[in-house]
Amino acid sequence: MRNFKALVLLLGLTLVLAACDFGGDSSSSTGEDGETLKELNVSINEDPPAFHPALATDTTSGVILASVFEGLTRLDSDGNPVEGMAENIDVSADGKTYTYTLRDAKWSNGDPVTAEDFEYAWKWALNPENAADYAYQLYYIQGAEEYNLGEGSEEDVKVTAVDDKTLEVELTNPTPFFDELTAFYTYYPVNSKVSEENPDAYKNPNDDNYIGNGPFTLDEFASSDHITLNKNDEYWDKDNVDVDKVNVRMIESEATALKEFDAGNLDYLGAPFNSVDLNALDRFKESDELHVSDMAGTYMITFNTEDDVLQNKHIREALTIAIDRQGLIDNVTKGEQAPASGLVPLTMEGFEEQRDYFESNDEEAAKEALQKGLDELGLNSASDVKIKLSYNTSEAHAAIMQYVQQNWVDKLGVDVTLDNSEWQVYLEELKSLNYQAGRYGWVGDFNDPYNFLELYKRKGGNNTTAWENEEYKDLLDKATVETDEATRTELLQDAEEVFMNDYPIAPLYFYTNIAVKSDRVENMEPDPLSNLQLKYVKIKE
Amino acid sequence: MLAYIGKRLLYIFIALWLIVTATFFLMRIAPGNPFASERALPPEIEANLNAQYGLDNPWYIQYKDYLFDTAKGDFGTSMKYKYRETNDIIKESFPVSMTLGLEAMFIAVAFGVLIGVIGALFHNRWPDYLTTIIAVLGISIPSFVMATLLQYYLALKLNIFPIAGWKGFIYSILPAIALAATPMAFIAKLTRSSMLEETNSEYVKMAKAKGIKKVVITYKHALRNALLPVVTYLAPLTAGVVTGSFVIEEIFSIPGLGKHFVNSISNRDYTVIMGTTVFYSIILLLAVLIVDILYGFIDPRIKVGGGKSK
Repeated sequence: MRNFKALVLLLGLTLVLAACDFGGDSSSSTGEDGETLKELNVSINEDPPAFHPALATDTTSGVILASVFEGLTRLDSDGNPVEGMAENIDVSADGKTYTYTLRDAKWSNGDPVTAEDFEYAWKWALNPENAADYAYQLYYIQGAEEYNLGEGSEEDVKVTAVDDKTLEVELTNPTPFFDELTAFYTYYPVNSKVSEENPDAYKNPNDDNYIGNGPFTLDEFASSDHITLNKNDEYWDKDNVDVDKVNVRMIESEATALKEFDAGNLDYLGAPFNSVDLNALDRFKESDELHVSDMAGTYMITFNTEDDVLQNKHIREALTIAIDRQGLIDNVTKGEQAPASGLVPLTMEGFEEQRDYFESNDEEAAKEALQKGLDELGLNSASDVKIKLSYNTSEAHAAIMQYVQQNWVDKLGVDVTLDNSEWQVYLEELKSLNYQAGRYGWVGDFNDPYNFLELYKRKGGNNTTAWENEEYKDLLDKATVETDEATRTELLQDAEEVFMNDYPIAPLYFYTNIAVKSDRVENMEPDPLSNLQLKYVKIKE
Repeated sequence: MLAYIGKRLLYIFIALWLIVTATFFLMRIAPGNPFASERALPPEIEANLNAQYGLDNPWYIQYKDYLFDTAKGDFGTSMKYKYRETNDIIKESFPVSMTLGLEAMFIAVAFGVLIGVIGALFHNRWPDYLTTIIAVLGISIPSFVMATLLQYYLALKLNIFPIAGWKGFIYSILPAIALAATPMAFIAKLTRSSMLEETNSEYVKMAKAKGIKKVVITYKHALRNALLPVVTYLAPLTAGVVTGSFVIEEIFSIPGLGKHFVNSISNRDYTVIMGTTVFYSIILLLAVLIVDILYGFIDPRIKVGGGKSK
């Protein structure tokens, strides 16, 4: 009996141990010929939400995709487009027809990259059945919007593979930033041969058919654990790729990532992979390791212009002016952001200077505007203005919103309450205009002012203010068809002025990219759009 | 016995049905939408997405589909990670959580009982005070504080353990200790007090009078009875270590299930919410059943199934 019990216990233990799963350690740091591989260690917060270029919508996926794929163009380390898969780009005089000659490039399985691959990939993204969130990035192409919205047909999308090496694209309007767009992941090609045989190939990164044409290949994906990228020997420009292997770990906690960085297990912290722990910012600033650069993003408070109180322009003006932006940056956000004076970030052409639509923290002017607003609304005192300031639940946003609340209450005497909700809920509140004033952030997909100004062109969509203006629309329409760059920039500047004179938003600050890197890596800096191309990273011996 | 287990299994099915129903309706009542994104989708595209996941059907059809899919054990594709099946997520990440949980349970039970027995044997002498201090600290220090401290001193400063990750046994030691600390302390307190009660009982005094050795009395007589409350605690403990490891998993970046369970809710990832909830419910209901059956073996006075007394 005793022996039997012992046996059962032993069996039970074996079973438990067998069921144990400690994962496997498969990392080795030497190549086949015994040479040391140049390895780069980075971490991201979570699994990339998408591996299919057409289905991606976020920077995390973007970093991985930019390593595994390459579009007609690729952004250089400063964020300017250079030729990628295209060897030659020919633009017609009216700026509407682009003819690309492809270079002799190969997919990682040896197939040549052809013009059909691009046509196939773009039409796949536009196919309404595939429900690609970012399909609208392709709307600059003639017939694209109609097809995507189910009103047109696939044949009418004006992207044509003339032969294996020639791709012709017709645009609706001259689009000066189209070379930047073709470097964006929605415009990446997929291997049409593989994809036609196996439609799901590009959805699953562990599928053998997940093949790219970029500087790296995705060799391993273990959910919530790691992604391994290896240098792609079939890549046309492989001589200029220095890193042999990239280990991307998934580390959700910023504090843990910081410890791994301090221990030398990570080479880089910051945008676009993860964020630097706020508690360590002062330390990195003191040791002069912190890399801060302007980013194409604006942090703002948007006003619901259909609200009973906030429909009044002067009230919005008072609220906008009353915020002490420099104080906010110095005491709360601490990321050396630039105080925002307008909608369009400083990284964009024609908008590099701070604008003077209003003077931040001018208490007198704010009170004056408030009084005008009160008179127009027929209210007696400032305390009759009741504002609910909404934000999505997060410690960082809460701190900023409390600062704004304090500014409004102290300087204007209005009644402000805070209200937070989860991200998925908050987005719906904003879109259904079920809010008064709320935080909002917008980061450009490409470095052009149109990206920001377009948001408020009409009601609905991403316009969370319900603000509309004929003059504004008119200016934007003119800018869309304008081929002279200087005139176009002027039109866009005028549009921003029209917008800001009405205060549908209170811009707070322009985002910055914050990063630290270890001494052994070079050429690893995010561009204004928070893209970081692993292709250009160099590792010192 | 078999009839008893059969009856309990039936209850488990009823409980599961109630859980699925409650989860389904709570998910629908909660505001928010899995496809809400910062870049507003054209309504046509959103309609397509809803159709893909059957969210355009009336609620009773959706409810029926959910029930059928749950019965089949097929929870569908994640709505956020569109390349992953809910079943795959569970299949890959649960073994990791379970390994960590079992290791933590082992530490908690083994050391908890040991510390408790030592405390009881040396009642009101210095080993008792020492174990009490350990227990109070263990109960009062939250696991995430413990985890951060362990990670900072033992991993970053002394470099004895890896900081984070999941690549082998050594990676599991710190998280398991952090996860085990509180239940261990709790078990130690439980064991100590029930041991004291037993050592003062008549049958132990009798055994002492007969001149049986102290070790034998402790091990063969008192401890066996004293463990009963500990076994009772095992079921909620299983719940605690398997579901409550979310924070620990985040701090040590362990690819476990806890993260999916929590994050799926804020992502409104309906399929993953349903999958993980049903899965956890099954684990917990079974844990409770097993503990109830174990009672019978440990204490013959308890007859499972309410057998007739003779």
